[in-house]
Amino acid sequence: MSNFLTASIGRKFLMSITGLFLMMFILVHLCINLLLIFDDSGELFNLGANFMATNPAIKIMEPVLGLGFVVHIIWSLIISIQNMKARPVAYKVSQQTNSSSWASRNMLVLGALILVFLVMHIINFFWIIKFDPHSLSKVLIDGVEMEDTYTLVAGLFKASVVYDLMYVAGGLLLGFHLAHGFWSAFQTIGLSNKVWIKRLQFVATIYAILVAVGFSVIPLYFLIKF
Amino acid sequence: MEKTINLTLKVWRQNGPKEKGRFETFKVSNISTDSSFLEMMDILNEQLISENKEPVAFDHDCREGICGMCSLYINGRPHGPDDDVTTCQLHMRKFKDGETVTIEPWRAAAFPIIKDLIVDRSAFDKIIAAGGYVSVNTGGVPDANAIPIPKPDADDAMDAASCIGCGACVAACKNSSAMLFVSAKVSHLALLPQGRVEAARRAKAMVAKMDELGFGGCTNTGACEVECPKNISIANIARLNREYLVARLGE
Ligand code: SF4
Ligand code: FES
Repeated sequence: MSNFLTASIGRKFLMSITGLFLMMFILVHLCINLLLIFDDSGELFNLGANFMATNPAIKIMEPVLGLGFVVHIIWSLIISIQNMKARPVAYKVSQQTNSSSWASRNMLVLGALILVFLVMHIINFFWIIKFDPHSLSKVLIDGVEMEDTYTLVAGLFKASVVYDLMYVAGGLLLGFHLAHGFWSAFQTIGLSNKVWIKRLQFVATIYAILVAVGFSVIPLYFLIKF
Repeated sequence: MEKTINLTLKVWRQNGPKEKGRFETFKVSNISTDSSFLEMMDILNEQLISENKEPVAFDHDCREGICGMCSLYINGRPHGPDDDVTTCQLHMRKFKDGETVTIEPWRAAAFPIIKDLIVDRSAFDKIIAAGGYVSVNTGGVPDANAIPIPKPDADDAMDAASCIGCGACVAACKNSSAMLFVSAKVSHLALLPQGRVEAARRAKAMVAKMDELGFGGCTNTGACEVECPKNISIANIARLNREYLVARLGE
């Protein structure tokens, strides 16, 4: 086991496992977020957000999720540096558009942009909810008092066109990243073959579109409706 | 009907492994579109020799697509603009009259340049030597049908075995990864009962050697599969990952 995590396939194994974990998180996150646009009173979303904030299982998963992000990011840098070193002299003329997808060649760039988005996103919402909950107003739903997360999120989307567009961009970036990342994760852990590679790529496209459209639709909803 | 074309060639020249390289521009004219790319290179070299200049060094041997010796990164693609052929099988009819053709060597830290367009691909030999074989105790020749092999397995093994070790996968990959080559070699042995016995040890040893020699890692861009002259599938890479992970995690 000694050098497994620094061997080429071991490094990719780590990227794949953390990637799969983060993709599951994204799906859950998207489902909760979509509650934002199905109930303008905000009750549904507040119930969802409150459930996520108080559920012990989620509480345990929170640091694991953070670790998932950290490992995925650090290893991506290690891998990228190693891969750049493998080609010290670049080609003068290189034609790659026919042989590989743009997203697959630019996962690092896409990932870096998503990280920028993530930092902004954490400052916007997570930080306030987690470390400054007193600044949030309270609502009473079914006799339970909880923080009014809906007003925080919907308020930002209603107030700022710039933020709306940033969040749409974030959704699209994630979509491109995952269109490659999804099937690639399965290929890397060996769960793919001649037949399944096609199926996985198909599901990857569907998943990526779902994520991109799902996340973009929320700010667009507030932008157009309010 | 024969047609001829004139071309401008931008060729990478480098006197030795440690020397600084540069591009040199040459003109060749009246090249038959029926000739192969390497024949065109021969014509260029004849021309250079008659001008008392140093001919361009490039690799070649069988000139019929089976030995894997020819290379060349032509106009941004390994083995040039055609699909599923080696450079020696590439026809000049794939080029237009007056076109500028840029010819570069394979670029990879693990394939250092020897001279001009020739790179040292002995890294592949070292990977094979690390485990790409079946250890046999010689004895009597076994009966041909003594070990039955399912047809799909035999087909997949044959497909993987068609890798000629040219290195186009490394040249095509943005990471200079040798995963397609290694996966083909691991697969064609792991799929057959004779090679299965040593499969775990082989996968570990060959991947370790590949890493040690400075090839990059696989990021599944799939460029290797597209540019491979023998159509080796990246499904082999999934198999190699599986073999390797099972071997390592079961240690
Ligand atoms: S896998 Fe294809 S491109 Fe790579 S060495 Fe073998 S034949 Fe050449
Ligand atoms: S010279 Fe043998 S494959 Fe091209």
